[in-house]
Amino acid sequence: MALLSVRDLRVEFATSGGVVTAVDGASFDVGAGETVALLGESGSGKSVTAQAVMGIVPKPAGRIPSGSISYDSKDLLAPGVAKGLRGREIAMVFQDPLSSLNPVFRVGAQIGEMFRRHRGASRREARAAALDLMKRVGIPAASKRLDDYPHQFSGGMRQRVMIAMALALSPRLLIADEPTTALDVTVQAQIMDLLTRLQAEEGMSLVLITHDLGVVAGVADRVILMYAGRVVETGPLREVYEHSGHPYTSGLMASIPALEGPRDRLVPIQGSPPDLLDLPSGCSFRPRCQYADEQCAEVEPVLRQLPDRASTHQAACHHPEGVLTDVH
Amino acid sequence: MGAYVVRRLFFSLFVLWGAVTIIFVVLRLVPGDPAYIMLGPDADQAQVAALRAQLGLDQSLIQQYATYLANVVHLDFGESFRLNADSMSLVLQRVPATIQLATTALLLSLLIGLPLGVIAALRAHSWVDRAISVFSLMGQSTPSFWLGIVLILVFARGLKVLPSAGSGSWAHLVLPTITLALPFLAILVRLTRSGLLEVVHEGYVHTARAKGLGEGIVVLVHAMRNALIPIVTVVGLQFGALLGGTVIVETVFAWPGVGRLLIDSIGRRDYGVVQASILLVATIFVLINLLVDLLYGFLDPRVRLAGD
Repeated sequence: MALLSVRDLRVEFATSGGVVTAVDGASFDVGAGETVALLGESGSGKSVTAQAVMGIVPKPAGRIPSGSISYDSKDLLAPGVAKGLRGREIAMVFQDPLSSLNPVFRVGAQIGEMFRRHRGASRREARAAALDLMKRVGIPAASKRLDDYPHQFSGGMRQRVMIAMALALSPRLLIADEPTTALDVTVQAQIMDLLTRLQAEEGMSLVLITHDLGVVAGVADRVILMYAGRVVETGPLREVYEHSGHPYTSGLMASIPALEGPRDRLVPIQGSPPDLLDLPSGCSFRPRCQYADEQCAEVEPVLRQLPDRASTHQAACHHPEGVLTDVH
Repeated sequence: MGAYVVRRLFFSLFVLWGAVTIIFVVLRLVPGDPAYIMLGPDADQAQVAALRAQLGLDQSLIQQYATYLANVVHLDFGESFRLNADSMSLVLQRVPATIQLATTALLLSLLIGLPLGVIAALRAHSWVDRAISVFSLMGQSTPSFWLGIVLILVFARGLKVLPSAGSGSWAHLVLPTITLALPFLAILVRLTRSGLLEVVHEGYVHTARAKGLGEGIVVLVHAMRNALIPIVTVVGLQFGALLGGTVIVETVFAWPGVGRLLIDSIGRRDYGVVQASILLVATIFVLINLLVDLLYGFLDPRVRLAGD
């Protein structure tokens, strides 16, 4: 039984240009203690999916017309349910720690707020708990830095503060939305190490949202690839990386520069991501795909098991055989 | 921080010097000789000349200005031509009434303006928001003298529930307060609305929600504390306009404050009282601006550090 289970999730936004379907029938599970990478480029719907799970889809522009999200057998889309779990059971770390921390409050108070508002802790107890957390996430001279403001921290330290805040109430599910994107490369590695260490210590589930295949390579158990609001491929990390069953995935793999071996020209994916206001019929990746045929234009492909691969490895493509043989 | 305040106070002196100089020049550019006005139309040339000499008006403008500046430094604005008492004392007697009126108007504006602004922002683009916007637009564009007279007509003459003029009881304070507060309140509504709308999509507001905080705390603590930064600045600046507004409101409602004294004194070319009033109002304005700057540093830690 999965801890988090998303089924046929649809999220729409009313924009001046019309209704945009940011998430279009996404389904996936996250098991207890599992690390899952949610991959995709900007506009693929990965962040909106996370917002839907947290129950913080911006209102009134955004709405969830259909689908279900259940967490620990509770219906997260039922009124008030997500609100009660946010911060306590499900926590989130955002991309840009500078804009995500409130500039006018001291970091100690922002972390301590979790204990004060959720647990009714006194100012002194909250402060002590915040200090413990800051030490745990590796902020040097934590006792001196409790009373500093976010702008006095470096990017990496700010993200540590965010992580401390998210971990305050020992959540069972942590969603990290591009946690390292705004950081320097060396700091990225430190933050990923911290996240994986804390995850092991806490035994929590981790959903890593990123557009960077490298970031999750050594970390995730499973990957979920999203394209234009749909899940296009899902499976164990090695499986997906080595035997991509969707042309989009294999295209992403081909566009990663290799550190070793001959320096070939990178192979980019042709074309650009589709306009969500004007999606192509059938498969939305069709205009950029070399395998596309009439079937792709007419029938929207659904996730199904790939030929000769494990049942956990699925792709939404009409021609996975071609993709599998061509690349590997 | 201390050095900053001292520096600001020093520059404030220049502002005050500018204010007293401008009022000196303007008063003397305005047609009408105080001696003539005081003695009335029947006075002869000799009487006027004698009074002019007594008041020092026969000296050159440069000489008058030098004497004037020297006296200003000692806060000596001379006797009131009209009321035969020390000008500064006359003005100071009127200060409490004006402060009372300005304070109640400020409080009323904050009590109504801030919540209305918050509601408008939270219900942005709804009919509630539109209704509040129309109200604040009307409030901002209604002239005080007109509103004052209409209020008197309705509540004093028509319904006879409130006194039309004068002072002495809380009832006397109601109509002048509303008249003075309305334009200020209207600005506050618009500022709060736009200020809050600017921050509700900031990352830290999402974070506050993701932390599982109640919507009230998300908006009133996390968002509002940031929205307040520009609001405080403009409120401080607008408080000067509020003080200026007392001139009209005090005149309409015969409120015994500095504003009405100022108007009467300008009519009679009572230079000493006019100059003393202006210096006082300018000083209050400068001090409030300084206070706003200090408050700004308190509200926004990023500014505080840059100043140190």
